[in-house]
Amino acid sequence: MSAPTAEPAGSTGVRWSVPLVLLVLLAAVPAVANAADMGFVTSLATRIMIYAIAAVSLDLILGYGAMVSFGHAAFVGIGAYAVGIASAHDQWNAAVTFPVAIVAAGAFALLTGAISLRTRGVYFIMITLAFGQMAYFTASSLSDYGGDDGLTMWGRSELFGTTPFEDDTAFYYVVLGCLAGCFLFARAVVGSRFGRVIAGVRENRLRMQAVGFNPYVYQLVAYAIAGMMAGLAGALLANHAEFVSPSYMAWQRSGELIIMVVLGGMGTLHGAILGAIAYLTLEEVLSHWTEHWRVIFGPLLILVVLYARGGLGRLIGRSGGDG
Amino acid sequence: MTATLVAVQVLNGLQLGVLLFLVAAGLTLVFGVMDFINLAHGVQYMLGAYLAVSFYGLTGNFFAALVLALLAALAFGLLLEFLVFRHLYDRDHLDQVLATFGVILFLNEGVRIVWGAAPLSYPIPALLGGTIPLMEGFGYPIYRVAMILAGLATAVLLWVVVTRTRVGMLVRAGATNPRMVSALGVNIRRLFMIVFGFGAMLAGFAGVMAGPILSVEPGMGDGVLILAFVVIVIGGIGSIRGAFVAALLIGLVDTLGRSFMTDIFKAFLAPAAANQVGPAIASMLIYLLMAGVLFFRPSGLFPAAGR
Repeated sequence: MSAPTAEPAGSTGVRWSVPLVLLVLLAAVPAVANAADMGFVTSLATRIMIYAIAAVSLDLILGYGAMVSFGHAAFVGIGAYAVGIASAHDQWNAAVTFPVAIVAAGAFALLTGAISLRTRGVYFIMITLAFGQMAYFTASSLSDYGGDDGLTMWGRSELFGTTPFEDDTAFYYVVLGCLAGCFLFARAVVGSRFGRVIAGVRENRLRMQAVGFNPYVYQLVAYAIAGMMAGLAGALLANHAEFVSPSYMAWQRSGELIIMVVLGGMGTLHGAILGAIAYLTLEEVLSHWTEHWRVIFGPLLILVVLYARGGLGRLIGRSGGDG
Repeated sequence: MTATLVAVQVLNGLQLGVLLFLVAAGLTLVFGVMDFINLAHGVQYMLGAYLAVSFYGLTGNFFAALVLALLAALAFGLLLEFLVFRHLYDRDHLDQVLATFGVILFLNEGVRIVWGAAPLSYPIPALLGGTIPLMEGFGYPIYRVAMILAGLATAVLLWVVVTRTRVGMLVRAGATNPRMVSALGVNIRRLFMIVFGFGAMLAGFAGVMAGPILSVEPGMGDGVLILAFVVIVIGGIGSIRGAFVAALLIGLVDTLGRSFMTDIFKAFLAPAAANQVGPAIASMLIYLLMAGVLFFRPSGLFPAAGR
């Protein structure tokens, strides 16, 4: 597979102004939704932001490291199952379940990444798919926790006796905070020496080796970080839906995450957020309009690829004038 | 009785294997020769089955429907190449993934609009009806045997075309070094188009044959697509021989695993546990196989030369 050549879109102006505007707009959503008496928008936006966290984590390895993980939904699913299974054992404290979810997803990423990163390109895509499918079928076989049908949680996580997740608006801001935190963390990673090495390996693995780096170790750590972030998204997703199911780990979900990242413009991080917003909003709007929304959505994707090279993020960066 | 059961499952595995080979052959050629990831290959399999449904409705004859569906699948493959794919050859793999995913969405839904969401079917031709007795009171459907034979015949034909003809030589050369082939005066675009059209036709052929024994429904190509990708990755991308070996391997492993895994686990686990673990392991078996193959041979079993 040819390495996706993704450089941060536009100048530093765009790099900070687009995400900043995005976060401010997102922060205003619950107030506007309540004023317009459309509470469901808050719930939709919460789901979008949760997927945006997963998309940002994928962009971290896909856009910057050219590691196309086709099993990314497994990390999300493992995070969700950690929270779901804990709830089935009456453990509701987020201070316990969230770290467990993040560590479990990270451990799975470390383990599978150690094997997957031996391969390159399409073979890497397929071996990550294989591990994703294994996680999927394992979850389907957990008959004590709902098996194929999934596991209903009877509530949301608590935090030391308080219930900040119970109220939809409060939960919205928790998710927004997580998204902002993950975004800034990912930015910091990308900007660090570590991130430079990852990007260097993407551009020229051999040269990085010659300079004295061990690409494998750096890529593995990046892969695990992305897995942990996706695990956080999963823990939030379980709380949002109050339900976990193997379908969270299906390969179609992994594919959707890749679509979001590519649609938004990979290697920009805020592109992943844009992609998640665009993908899920379009899906929601078009499916309200007609049950055959995919007939419109499919050609739209093709047109984006043919005429908006580099995704939506780049499109905004270009029209922003300072790109 | 057990021997018969094993024999039946082996035949079922072979039948799944040749079906996968027909889909994977086009996929691996398109990938190997054009370096193009075509996610829409699965919907071309689906389309073959749907076209056969319609042509069967028109003609009432399976074989006429088969021929017409093949021609239509070829034409449709060429049309897709002309409209979408040819603009993507020199693009990034992920752009190709995104665009062909769009094609999947469009065609899956388009099929639902044209033919409806309910599963359709058409009958097995009378000529291939009935069963072959395997053992006393135990027959195997002739149609499935015919599928295996048709798949094997196609494999042989493909092998002859690829290794013994001028077009095949160009395809192999194109897979190794497309620029050099182009520089030597070969119209590489036309070569791509031919490969693409025939790949679509092979997938359509698999769809037509699968129609009578599987239900024809929207999205039927998605699962097959993933399996076909597993096949070409295990076999080594661009290698027809690899695709053939891997397709039969996957077909057998998947079918036998699903039939016997639970019983195998019952040998050393409590029945309840075996009933839980068996199906899960059986479903993952092909992915375990793929991960194992890639662990020891990171470019598949038969890596195509020059890649």
